[in-house]
Amino acid sequence: MIFVTTGTQIPFDRLIKAIDEVYPYLGDLEVIVQVARAAYKVENFTPYEFIPPKEFDDYFDRADLIIAHAGMGTIISAFVKNKPILVMPRLAKYGEHRNDHQLATATRFDELGYIHVAYDEYGLKEKIKNLQKMPLKSLFNVNDYASKELIGSLRSFINLD
Amino acid sequence: MKILAIASTGGHWIQLLRLKPAFQDADVVFASTKSNFASTVKGYAFHSVPDASRWNKLQLIHTFFKIWKLISKTKPDVIITTGAAPGLMAVIVGKICNIKTVWIDSIANAEKLSMSGKLATYFSDKVYTQWLHLASDKVVFSGNIIR
Repeated sequence: MIFVTTGTQIPFDRLIKAIDEVYPYLGDLEVIVQVARAAYKVENFTPYEFIPPKEFDDYFDRADLIIAHAGMGTIISAFVKNKPILVMPRLAKYGEHRNDHQLATATRFDELGYIHVAYDEYGLKEKIKNLQKMPLKSLFNVNDYASKELIGSLRSFINLD
Repeated sequence: MKILAIASTGGHWIQLLRLKPAFQDADVVFASTKSNFASTVKGYAFHSVPDASRWNKLQLIHTFFKIWKLISKTKPDVIITTGAAPGLMAVIVGKICNIKTVWIDSIANAEKLSMSGKLATYFSDKVYTQWLHLASDKVVFSGNIIR
C-alpha cells in the first residue's frame, strides 16, 4: 500500500495532481491519499480530506511506501518506522509554502542518502511509474530520541548533569 | 528544576518530543498549539496556546499574552523550544522574566537559520542549529534530533 500525505496546513495541489495522473499506471497497488484542502479535482481515486490521528498512524504503519511533501514531521516518522519515503518539496514560487526550506532540507537529505526525492511533478511521476519494476527501499532509520551529543549538551546547559 | 518545553505543531512538536531524555529528572510542562497533543505526552502536564504566525499581527499579540500567562502560572526555571512563533514568544518572555532559555532551530532549516531562530539569538541564552555548516559564534552545533 502507498500512503500519500501532504500535511494538513497548506494544500499541495501539484503533488495530488501528479498522483492522480499517474494513478492508472499503478495497477492493483492500493493507494490511500490524504488531500488536505486541495483545490484540484481528483478524477482517478477517492481522496480523503481529513484522516483522524489514530487512522493516520494505522495507514502509516501499514504502508509499503510513503509519498509526501518534504515536511520534517512526516520524514522523521518514516525514519522512526523504517518506511521508504519519497518526497517532493513544496516551492514558494507556487505559493506552496512561505519559503524554500523544504527544497533545502530535501536536497541535504538526498545528498546524505536518507530519502528518495522527486524535485518536480515529472520526476515524481517517473519514479511512481517505475515502482512495479523498482520498488523503493527504506534508506535510513532512527530510534525514538535525539543524538546523545545533543541530549548531553542540553542536560549540561540546564544543569541536570 | 522545572522545564517548560514548548513548540508549535507538525515537525516542531515531533522534534521537541525527541528531546525527552534531556528532561529526565526534571519536572516538565509541555505546551503546544493543538489541544489534542496532550495524548502524545501522557503522564506530563500539558497546556495549549493559540497558534500565531508572523503574518497575523493581532493574533501574535493575543498569543504573546497567553504565553506570558502560561509562564507566570507555571514558573519554569528553564524554557526549551524547537520553534516556531510561539516558541520565540516564550523565549522573549523568558528573557524579560530572567528565565534561562534554549532555542533549538528545526532540522528543516538546512540552508540558513529560520527567521525566528535569528531573532532568538537576541533573546535566548543558547541557540542550537542542527547543521554543522550553520554553526557560528552565536549559534551552537551539538548533534541533531535524528541521530
